[in-house]
Parts: sequence; C-alpha cells; structure tokens
Amino acid sequence: MKDFNYHSAKDSKEASKLSSSNSAFLAGGMTTIPSMKLGLASYKDLIDIKNIKKLSGIKVSGKSVTIGATTKHVEVANSKEVKKAIPSLANLAEGIGDPQVRNRGTIGGSVANNDPSADYPSACIALNATIHTNDRKIEASKFFKGMFETALKKGELIEAIEFQIPEKSSYQKHPNPASRYAVVGVYVAKHKKDINVAVTGAKPCVYNDRDLSKALSNSFSSSSIQNMELDSSEMNSDIHASAEYRASLVVTQAKKAVDAC
Amino acid sequence: MASLVGSRVERKEDKRFLTGKGRYTSDINLANQTYAIFVRSPHARAQIKKLDISKAQKSSGVVSILTGSEIAEDKIGGLIAGWAIRSEDGTEMKCPANPPLAKDIVNFVGDPVAVVIAESLEEAKVAAEKVSVDYKVLKAVTSTADAMDGDTIHEGIDKNLCFDWLLGDRQKVKEAFEKADKVISIDIINNRLIPNAMEPRACLADYNSASEEITLYTTSQNPHLSRLIMSAFGNVSPEHKLRVVAPDVGGGFGSKINVYNEDIVCSWAAKKINRAIKWVAERSESFLTDIHGRDHVTHAELAVTNDGKFLGFKNETIANLGAYARVFGTVTPTYLFGPCATGVYEIPAAYSNVKAVFTNTAPVDAYRGAGRPEATYTIERLVEKASMELGIDKTELRMKNFPTAFPFKQTLVHTVDSGDYVAGMEKAKQMADYNGYEARRKDSESRGKLRGIGVSSYFEACGIAPSAAVMSLGCGVGLWESAEVRFNPTGQVTVYTGSHSHGQSHQTTFAQIAADELGVPIENIDIVHGDTDKGTFGMGTYGSRSLTVGGIAIVNACKKIVEKGKRVTAKMLEASPEDVEFKDGEFIVAKSNKKKTIGEIAFACYLPGVRDEMKSPLPEGEEPGLKETAFFDPSNFSFPAGTHIAEVEIDPETGEVKLEKYTACDDFGRIINPMIVEGQVHGGLAQGIGQALYENAEYDETGQLMTGSYMDYTMPRADNFPEFNIGYTCTHATTNPLGVKGCGEAGAIAAPPTVMNAVIDALGGQEITMPATAEKVWKACKNLKKSNSKAA
Ligand SMILES: Cc1cc2nc3c(=O)[nH]c(=O)nc-3n(C[C@H](O)[C@H](O)[C@H](O)COP(=O)(O)OP(=O)(O)OC[C@H]3O[C@@H](n4cnc5c(N)ncnc54)[C@H](O)[C@@H]3O)c2cc1C
Repeated sequence: MKDFNYHSAKDSKEASKLSSSNSAFLAGGMTTIPSMKLGLASYKDLIDIKNIKKLSGIKVSGKSVTIGATTKHVEVANSKEVKKAIPSLANLAEGIGDPQVRNRGTIGGSVANNDPSADYPSACIALNATIHTNDRKIEASKFFKGMFETALKKGELIEAIEFQIPEKSSYQKHPNPASRYAVVGVYVAKHKKDINVAVTGAKPCVYNDRDLSKALSNSFSSSSIQNMELDSSEMNSDIHASAEYRASLVVTQAKKAVDAC
Repeated sequence: MASLVGSRVERKEDKRFLTGKGRYTSDINLANQTYAIFVRSPHARAQIKKLDISKAQKSSGVVSILTGSEIAEDKIGGLIAGWAIRSEDGTEMKCPANPPLAKDIVNFVGDPVAVVIAESLEEAKVAAEKVSVDYKVLKAVTSTADAMDGDTIHEGIDKNLCFDWLLGDRQKVKEAFEKADKVISIDIINNRLIPNAMEPRACLADYNSASEEITLYTTSQNPHLSRLIMSAFGNVSPEHKLRVVAPDVGGGFGSKINVYNEDIVCSWAAKKINRAIKWVAERSESFLTDIHGRDHVTHAELAVTNDGKFLGFKNETIANLGAYARVFGTVTPTYLFGPCATGVYEIPAAYSNVKAVFTNTAPVDAYRGAGRPEATYTIERLVEKASMELGIDKTELRMKNFPTAFPFKQTLVHTVDSGDYVAGMEKAKQMADYNGYEARRKDSESRGKLRGIGVSSYFEACGIAPSAAVMSLGCGVGLWESAEVRFNPTGQVTVYTGSHSHGQSHQTTFAQIAADELGVPIENIDIVHGDTDKGTFGMGTYGSRSLTVGGIAIVNACKKIVEKGKRVTAKMLEASPEDVEFKDGEFIVAKSNKKKTIGEIAFACYLPGVRDEMKSPLPEGEEPGLKETAFFDPSNFSFPAGTHIAEVEIDPETGEVKLEKYTACDDFGRIINPMIVEGQVHGGLAQGIGQALYENAEYDETGQLMTGSYMDYTMPRADNFPEFNIGYTCTHATTNPLGVKGCGEAGAIAAPPTVMNAVIDALGGQEITMPATAEKVWKACKNLKKSNSKAA
C-alpha cells in the first residue's frame, strides 16, 4: 500500500471540500482498503466520513425507509424497523459477505461503489429508491450508470438512501461460493403502481428486467415466468458462471423471489 | 492410576492458541532486522534478458538487492526432489535445476528473480517495484493432459517428461482383461488444489558473525529435514552452524514440508549482509508459490465378471509436477499413489503407469493425503461405475471383493497387516441408515429435488515409513523418527520429539502416551519439538507418521527409562532387577512391600549428595542421569481404512449441491485421544469435500493463476457442511506396540470419491469433474431432463 494522507471530516461540507481527483471517501473501507493493498488503487487522500454523525441511522415513515450512508450492513440486518417495514431489505443485508464485512461495510459505500455483483444496488432499483447527496436527490433509475459507474460527481457525498416501502418484496441471491457476492441476485418488489425485477450480477450493471416485470404485471405468480428464456448475449461470463447459466439463474431466482413474496 | 490413552484429555495447547499466546514465525522480531520482498516473475515462461537494479538500489532504505547471479556466484544449491524415480525403460528421472533465484529463465508466475532487502517493509516494497526486468515472454505449457505435446520447457527434458513409471505387470493384466465379461472404464481428472494453510509461509534468518551461526526461524513441518537439505544440497552453511527453528506453525497440510526459495535466500543473504532478514508471505504469494496439490489426468479400467468379481485393473495417469520437482513431488504420484490405486480389493492383476510432466505452473507436491486421495478417487469412482453397469448394489459389490484374511497381500506393493473391511462397511451402512435411503430419495423427489447416495471404501499406506523399503524405492533418506525422554532431578519429564506439530496436538497426545508409560501426571510432562538445537533428530510430520513413527519412538525411549529404573531400584532395595516390576509410576520388588516411585528413582539417578548414605544408589557401571533416546524405524507402513457414505440433494434449477449427510466409519487402530482424532477427521473431511464441491486451482493458457485469491478460490466454510456422523471400527496395527495406524489424512482421502459418487448417482450416472460446481451440475441436470423426456 502506498502512503496516503488520512483526514477525518466533521461534516458533509468538509468532506466534500477535502476531496480531489486523487481522493476517496473512507466509509467501511471494505472495498477501498483491499484495492489499495492489492495495488489496484492508490489515493493521495482518504477522507474518513464515519465520524459524521448525521450520516448514520435508520428512519422509517409510513411510506419509506431512509438509511444513512454510513449505516453498516449489520445494523440494517438487525434493525427491527427495517425488518417490519421491508423484511427483504434486512434479509439482503444479512446475506452480504461475512460477519467482518457486515460489521464494517456501509450502505453508502456499497451504492457509491456500484460493483456489478453487489447486493444493495438491486434494492435501490426494486424499491424505487432516492439517493440523497449533499447536493441533490437522484432517482435510483438514473443513478447506476455502468460498471462501477454512478451519477455521483467528484466530491459528491451520499448522505442517505430512501427506499419506498413496497406491498410485497423478496430478494433472492445465488452467491458466488468463494466471495459470497451475487453471481445473480434478483430483487422483486410489488408496489401499488408497478412491479420491479431488479437484477444484479448478471450484467455489467444492475438493471430492471422489463420482460420479467411485464410478465409479472399480468399475473403476479411464478408460473407466469416459469418458461421464460432470457437473452444471454449481454450477460457477464467468468470462471464462476457462463452467460447462459446467469440468464437461467435470473429466471430461477425471480421465480423464487415471487414465491417468497 | 487410570490410563490416559483412549480418553478425551483437553488439549494442552488450547490455552496458548485461544488466548493469543502462540508464537509464530512472524511474531518473532530481532533487533536491527531488515525486511525482504521478493521480485517475482509475472510471466509463466520467459527469458530474463536484462535485470536492472540500479534505480531500486537508490530507493530509500535499501540495504541490499541480490539476484540469481550472486546466488550462482556463491554456489548456493537449488531446490531438489527427494526421491529418485526410474522409468519403465530403466532410465533415471530427469529433473531441471531449480535455483533459489532464477537467473536466465523463469518457469512459473511467482518464480523469484531477486530479493530486495530494506530497513522497513514499506521501503522494500517501494524499491522492489523499481527493479526492472526485461523479459522475453515464451509460450507457456499449462495443461496437464497436453504437456507432452507442448514446447520443451527445460532444456534436455524431452516432451516435458520427468519419468514414465510403471508398477505392476502389463502382461498379466492383459491376460486378465481377456478373461473379463465386462470392462468398466473411466476418464477422470483429479483437480488441482492450493493447500491454504491459515498461517502464510514466513521466515526470519539471523546471522551471528562471531559464532558464524545462522538461525532460521521458519514455517516448517520438519526443521531437521530442512536443515539437512539446506546444508547438504543448498550449501548454505555446514549443518552444525545452521539452526532451524519451526515454532508454532499454523497449518501445513504438506505445503510446509519443502525447503523454499525464501528459506535459502534469506539464510544466505543474512550472512552476506550480516543482519537478520525477515520475510512474511502475503496471501497472494501463498497462492502463487506454495506447492499445489493433486492435478492428475487418469484413464482407468476395471475388468470384471458378470457376477461382480474384479479380475484386473489398469491405471494410466498423467501427473503434473508443475515447473520443478520438489521434495516429495516425484514420490507423491508414484509410490504414494500407484500401489494404493487398487484400493481395498483383491484384484489378481494390476498396473499403475504414471507419466509425470513439467508445466509452467507452481510446483506440485504432497498435499494432505498425497497420492492416496488420487488413488482412492480412481478406484472408487471406477467401482461405483461398475456397480451401476453391473446392476449390483454398491456396498455388495465392494464387499464381494474385500479381502477377508489378514495380513492381506495387496496386488502391487503392500502387505496390509490388519483390518476388517466388512465390519467397517456394515457399521458405516448402519450409521448412515443406508437401507432407509429410498424413502429419503422419494422425499427429495417430492420436493422437486434430485438425491444421490455415494459410498467409498479406502485404505491408505501411511506411518511413513520403513527406511529400508523406501530407500530401495529411491528415497534419499530414511524415514525413521526419534525421541528423547528426559527426567528432571525433581521428577518432571521433558520429551523431545523429531515430529512437528502444526495443528496435530502432539503436546497432548504425546504427553498422554508418556504419562501412561511412565506413570507421571500429564501436567508434569512437556513436549518439545521444532528446534534443531533442542533435543533429538527428526524427519518431521507428514504422511500420518507422527504417532505411528514418532509416538513409538517416545514409547521406546520411555521403556528404556523404565529398564534403567528397574536396575537402580534393584540396587537401592537390594533386590535383583528381574524381580522389580513397574506399574503406575512405581517400581515394586516382587513379593514384598518394598518399592520406589519413579520420582525417587529420577532423584537418585542424578546423585544428590546424601550425607549419611555414602554409597551410590547406582549399580556399578551405570551412568548417572535419567535420560534416554530411541530411534524408531517401523517394519511396515500402517494401513488405516474405512468406508464413508454421503448423501447429496441437488436443486435441478440452479444446480446447487447440498451435502445432506456424511458418515465416516474409520479404522485408525487404537485411538489415543478421541477428541483430537475427531478434529483430524473433521479437518480432513472439510478438505476432501472442498476438493469435491468447491476448490479448484485454475490457470489460463498463458499460465496466469485465475484463482489467486479468496474471491475466486472457493475455500469451504462451516455452513457448507452437515453435522458429520463419525464412528470407528478398531483392529490394532500389529507392527507397533501401541497398535496405532494414523488418522490425519483419512478424511481428505475418502471424501472426494464419496461425495462425487453421490453427486453422480443423483445425476443418473453422468460423469462430471471435480469440483461439482453449481453450473456443471445445472448443465448435467438439463441433460437429464432431456434424456428423461426422450425416454417418456
Ligand atoms: C470479503 C468481502 C465480501 C463482500 N461480499 C459482498 C456481498 O456479498 N455483497 C455486497 O453487496 N458487497 C459485498 N462486499 C462489499 C461490501 O459490501 C462493502 O461494504 C462495499 O463494497 C463498500 O462499502 P464500504 O463502506 O466498505 O466502502 P469503502 O470501501 O469505504 O468505499 C468504497 C467506495 O465508495 C465511496 N464512498 C463510500 N461512502 C460514500 C458516500 N457516503 N458517498 C459517496 N461515496 C462514498 C468511496 O469513496 C470509495 O470509492 C464484500 C466485501 C468484501 C471485502
């Protein structure tokens, strides 16, 4: 790991001000630190945002659940309020990585990082989330731009993520047995007005599968997507899973999710 | 006094390990030490055109940078294969030189070319990045199956072939196959594994310029053997000026048998720069440069009669040695593999033919089970297939071919002294509720799942090994073990052993043995190992040899102590030594009430001044002191055996395999500490099941390791396993006084075929390769669906 300067910001404003083209925010460090240790990334400045009190915590209203950016996965997994309002979201958090990762990693870090096989981005899409930054509010559907790419501007800080409470929802992940990241994860959420089938792991970036959601809009049951076959040409392929296998898993996991709703 | 042998004595080492008081190599720091970073080849095969250290030398904190040229100038020897194998045509094996730092050519990703030594680790890392190496990249050979058709990696080694070895009689086998009703044949791959000890390799070399002594702290399973190799072949230092200490070591599984490049380089360099040098592997380095295991491609055939009698067996294997042949690299795919490939069966004719090939991958060597997992996988997959093709129940078919009389002269090499394979099978079936399987299968089916059951019976040759036998087969050293048992004048005992514990709990097991032999409370017995300056010689720990060889040396040394005690007692109590009996720590004169405790005898042996008793307690000619040494060289290998049964449930939609039940019924001979044995079985099973379902070391065609971290190399985790159902049968080994057989490798040997047989059973007999990953199984499920719908 190369030398770097460590800063601890006291509020969002300071964090944003300290950032440069050669800096990163340090939330849980579960992505940033390993990449630095492996020499995949190096920064001049790391700006610790964990001491910004305002960024952490869970608030539930009638319509939505708002989770502060530095809230750890374990806190979401164990939160009584989240379990009551959106059980599938607590369930998702419970299934991230391992206990060490869940006790350090944060929701803001996960969403900002937008790893193609991360879990939370699918929740954002499925639950019509709004990403609150120090500058604006961004709809989830406009936030995830591509592999490790988001709508965030340099120095822009996620402060909280607001999830819409659905009527029913379920997240079903087929984990990579080594890393436990999603090979494919499917988040099905049935809202009053729409049905989202958010898919992570299958393509370079999380997406809402329109074919599946359309089929489910006609009839919300797993039999309505039972025999669907998806085009695998844009799907990821690596030593853990071919594109063809991923395409099949999307349907299988979607069925499981609908059955679990 | 109750016997401790056979009881669940709590581990003496637990307090140290569980409270963070263990002392591992990387915990040791010396004043004024420097830090080493190795510059490694990023290419699988390349010529070194130019190596420029000038920029790196100017980097801050650099003490020294050494390369292959200096190693060659100083005539430091390379790494060696410890076992000479002869080919079928009588020629000796061909091995390339393996210099500790490559000078002209690199042969795998991770092959070290230079060492950067600096005042701090960070400075060493920064400087290492400034070493510039100009490589001419050559085409790499990475596939085991195709290695003989690839470019020649090492000059003079044609077809990349180290040897083409045969054990058995081709003509007899041919005749047996001619008589067969049916020939069952199979093509299998024994997947390549990375040992993944919890503690990465590390070393710390220190040099004292006054005594001219090098002390090397290192993560070794066998410090004496390492010293011998470094001294005799590495030319690092004369043996008496080299001390090797292997303190607490966090797992080895065979990967820490070898002397590694870093051990030699740091020892040599410490003397050169006259300072201590520390090196600790990063996990990525462990993945790339620890020896790997397995990696066989096998075609095997079994000749059978229609009623299920085995007549003949053929085993044609290509074994990947990796880039270089290392200590047990050549014996693992030959004498540790070939003889065991006929399994627990009476097969009148058999041969094993192994072609060992070099490739541009990390060296392959002994990994838990070493050769025997590959052997068991071969025969047990074949027998399972035979049971399907012959329509004979898998357990019946096996029992039909078990030997019933012992000693059992196995087809190829071994004479198995003891065992009862039928009893093991019957107990395993009962433990696993084999007869109730159909109901469980139906239940899975009703939930849309596929269920399979797999059986495997194994035996293994361990307790390595009778010296005369192994030396006649090409081993470079005898594989005896030694022990020294030393009483303090005040009655406590220190046992020095040449075995090494890196997770095997010797501190407890060995103390139980000594406590029983000497009648001394276990709290008063210390086990010392892992330091060539302390106590006796030793060949180390691997091949389930610690108890069966090292433990017996302890027993024998204790017996010598007791003999001396009898002589001393006789003198002190004015009796004849033949009339002195020893029991529970007391020497008793027969038919009298006269006795001495072993503590009193120890005290007397050290001749304390006793004013009113002018005469010596020692018989004439008896030396003072109470300390005895024994070297034990076993007369035969030991042969644990057993039957394991697994059940899996497969989700055909995702291909996920869930291991539902696992039963292991083993015969390890006498069991000293059941709790420790359970731990060994659990660990072995985890690794064996890991091989079957999860683990795989994969190189791409350019020789880059695709599975170089835990993000891609699937280490099994606790939630991958069911509760293991463990039981034993027991026949005592007849070749050692404790009747013990060894238990460390059994799980890793038996589990892969057991699990794969279950998976393949669930898949209607379709072959798939290990590991049975979800995608492979999913594909097989799709085929099954297709063929089922055709049938309907
Ligand atoms: C072994 C392992 C297993 C894992 N398994 C999973 C898994 O199964 N599923 C899964 O989804 N993830 C998994 N992860 C990733 C984990 O969830 C991390 O928490 C996540 O990737 C990053 O969160 P962090 O808080 O650690 O971020 P950091 O590493 O601190 O930061 C990551 C990036 O996000 C930026 N960032 C952080 N916070 C903010 C913010 N508030 N606003 C703007 N930018 C910000 C940083 O600048 C940095 O670029 C795993 C990680 C590891 C190490």
